[in-house]
Amino acid sequence: MTLPGVLSSACAEVREAGPDDLVAGVAARFVARPADVAEAAAVMRAAADEGLTALPRGTGTRLAWGSPPASCDLVIDTRGLNRVLEHAAGDLVVRVQAGVGLDQLAATLAAAGQRLALDPPWPGTIGGLLATGVAGPLRLRYGTPRDLVIGITVVRADGTVASSGGKVVKNVAGYDLGKLFAGSYGTLGLIAEAAFRLHPLPAATAFVTLDAADPDAAQAAVAAAADSPLAPSAAEINCPARGEPVRVGVLLEGDADGVAERCARLTRLLGDGASASPTAPAWWGRGAAAEPDGTVIRIGFWAEALPAVLAAVAAAASDAGLDPLVGGSAAAGVIHAAVPGDAPAAAVARFVDRLRAALGGPAVAPAAAAELAGAVSGPGRLVSAAAASPSAAVGVPAATSPASADVPPSWASAVVLHAPPEVRAAVDMWGPVPSPGLMRAVKAQFDPGHRMAPGRFAGGI
Amino acid sequence: MTARLTETGAPAGTAVEALIPAMTEICGPDGVLSDPLQLATYECDGLTSHRCSPGLVVLPTTAEQVAAVVAACARAGIPFVARGSGTGLSGGALPRADGVLIVTSKMRRIIAIDAASRRAIVEPGVTNLSVSKAAEPYRLFYAPDPSSQVVCSVGGNVAENSGGAHCLKHGFTVHHVTGLQIVTPDGELTWLGDGTGAAPGYDLVGAFTGSEGTLGIVTKIIVKLTRIPEAVTTLLAAFRTMGAGGAAVSAIIGSGILPGAIEMMDALAIEAAEAAVACRYPEGAGAVLIVELDGPAGDVERETAAVRAICEREGAYEIRAAHDAAERAAIWTGRKSAFAAVGRISPAYIVQDGVVPRTALGEVLDRIAELSAASGIRVANVFHAGDGNLHPLVLFDDAKPGAEEAAEVVSGQILDLCIEHGGSITGEHGVGMDKSRYMPKMFGPGDLDTMQLLRCAFDPAGLCNPGKIFPTPRLCGEVPGVRREAHPLVASGQVDQF
Repeated sequence: MTLPGVLSSACAEVREAGPDDLVAGVAARFVARPADVAEAAAVMRAAADEGLTALPRGTGTRLAWGSPPASCDLVIDTRGLNRVLEHAAGDLVVRVQAGVGLDQLAATLAAAGQRLALDPPWPGTIGGLLATGVAGPLRLRYGTPRDLVIGITVVRADGTVASSGGKVVKNVAGYDLGKLFAGSYGTLGLIAEAAFRLHPLPAATAFVTLDAADPDAAQAAVAAAADSPLAPSAAEINCPARGEPVRVGVLLEGDADGVAERCARLTRLLGDGASASPTAPAWWGRGAAAEPDGTVIRIGFWAEALPAVLAAVAAAASDAGLDPLVGGSAAAGVIHAAVPGDAPAAAVARFVDRLRAALGGPAVAPAAAAELAGAVSGPGRLVSAAAASPSAAVGVPAATSPASADVPPSWASAVVLHAPPEVRAAVDMWGPVPSPGLMRAVKAQFDPGHRMAPGRFAGGI
Repeated sequence: MTARLTETGAPAGTAVEALIPAMTEICGPDGVLSDPLQLATYECDGLTSHRCSPGLVVLPTTAEQVAAVVAACARAGIPFVARGSGTGLSGGALPRADGVLIVTSKMRRIIAIDAASRRAIVEPGVTNLSVSKAAEPYRLFYAPDPSSQVVCSVGGNVAENSGGAHCLKHGFTVHHVTGLQIVTPDGELTWLGDGTGAAPGYDLVGAFTGSEGTLGIVTKIIVKLTRIPEAVTTLLAAFRTMGAGGAAVSAIIGSGILPGAIEMMDALAIEAAEAAVACRYPEGAGAVLIVELDGPAGDVERETAAVRAICEREGAYEIRAAHDAAERAAIWTGRKSAFAAVGRISPAYIVQDGVVPRTALGEVLDRIAELSAASGIRVANVFHAGDGNLHPLVLFDDAKPGAEEAAEVVSGQILDLCIEHGGSITGEHGVGMDKSRYMPKMFGPGDLDTMQLLRCAFDPAGLCNPGKIFPTPRLCGEVPGVRREAHPLVASGQVDQF
């Protein structure tokens, strides 16, 4: 049987790929649109039998994220998996198929006064949301997709359909594949269905904003909000250009009386220049992370290091002759930097390299850990403890540096989410990752043929 | 008897004993226990119905020692099991007679509290509550609060993805862990995550948390700290029937209020608590509900009024409110003592841990009552009503022949009810040794096989806490995919799968 024949016998809707089916510039050969999980499994099995590389796609919102795949014989279009399977409003739980749009789901849930508390800059599908692990300002309070997914059904590279979790929020039976697949960029298999914990839609919202003169003032405002007992749902910053004030915005949600009360308290707490509004400032959720084109970099860090991180961004940008748009969830330790698409690739690459070098250094280490490192660099107790173990005889790995034994090897990271082709060619999109060996081992188990989005992910996975 | 896959050729005892010199080199003479009497004190965790004296116990004090111990086990092909404080309720830390038990309770440094980033770095033997105590001066606390929090270890919490009464609002351990230093099953020390919660690559922190000690041994944990709420109010509402109490729970959640905790006890559990700690809950209660609200002061005040009104509407005949720590403790006394208190009204009991969708609570409780009536076996119900997590206590007299077996049957039937209603066989105690046989009822062969791919990635030799969670281990070396026939070693009778 011909290849199209094999695929068509597995899945009713199969076509040859066209120019609209490029994946980060890589041409696909076929597109299959399964109508249910059984068809998805059949077409994945057929792809396995034929040794085809495959890549899941929803609306394609974030299809160009990550490194370009080494090849993509088959795009699995999930939009045929478009059913809301169960909305158990009384349980605050929803089960959906991967191709359901976030907007569509939000409308369904809103009818019952509920929401999936994730607000990424671009909606896309549930599958895409999970696969890329994206979140918006609400991540401060509700986390990212991995924090709200309570069950998942996947189709493995070999066509095996597998579920973990379930449809109850509290559940520790078996390994949690939802966590593993969240943010896996399609490299472990196809996400077919997922169940999520929901939250009530807040009756009222308020935004307290102010313009901070410099990064330290911004950090002070963000920290004041986050350390307050006022339960902010988000605390964002937005730096439109170098030298301009840093805009700070804090979101409060709840019942009308509570929001009004907390809003007044927070406005007082943040002091002169703070003002409140029931509507979001124009930049809310539309900062660097939402830039559709150009190069967008996600920076993760320990929250208190915000000024150091902003300084690192500014120094790297200045060095590279760039002026990126910067902003994001400062209190949650995640911001984004965006460079326009017409910036020279070499400059962007220099920016990323300089930024990563700074983020890998001591400037972004939290003060508590820096003290620790200071305490143990001399003849401190940790050194003694390590020296006390008679390591030589049995090959105990001696702690090369006591500080490094006690703390993670890095405190921050910079991931290039998407970039123009010339920039992609010039930078390592992912940068260093923790435990790359274990990640490769996981990949090898789930996709031994390395056919699922090969090369798209961190560590060359 | 055939040899187990995880063993080398030497008889079990000899192989483990051969490790004593190496283990003594690594952990020092005080860090190795091999005397049978000492070993016996580690024969079980909080689930005492499963017992097995370990071949050897080691008590490392550093991550490097754990790594060296594991590397030595891996080289010798000896299985190993990690144990924190030993409070687990599913036999997850049940030792192996042919293996090494690695006890992390001497690793109890709180390495750093980073108040400004709301993070702490701790060693695995640190007790849950002591993290909150260390964070308190900064007005922060560590949110997951399993009922054993005074003694249970953070390392054990990571292994079990522990919950607690307040996870309804604040989430489970997995929501509060952002970085882990682990020793892999081949003895390598490595970090998963960087503490930010935004590290690039697969979420191995999330995948590791709740893996019940089967993917490696955690040696450092970076946890999130949470702002201590400005106000906390605890309400105790007494209802004549469980049905009325259950309706109040649904109405509270339906109103959009998310309490920190909603706990419920039935008449038998109340009777036991009364006998044990004289908690003085309202007389004649068929059910008591404990609702704790936390957050900004104004919100808590309004929510308290709203919950009070809901409870009254649903038939509460007495409501008490606690506004300070002492009053709160008085309300919680009965609930927190409930498990142990049941010992006052029954010589022995099984603590079950199942989950049902909250909306199915009423029906499942009715069915449990029917099971109890039909079998003549008493069942006391204590549960986290807000998230549908049931802890039925199945009472029996261990002096009567067959009573324990009969209680086990009822206990198992309760899990069947949970599965039937779309729930789970465990909400917080874990699968461990106790419930691996129920896993195939909740998950299909493809599900279990797929979960074990993760196991194979971390522990291809199957030495790290073997025999837990999964009723049948996956043989990692085989051609991936659905296994269609018996493994050749099994077929030839050379090894058992267990």
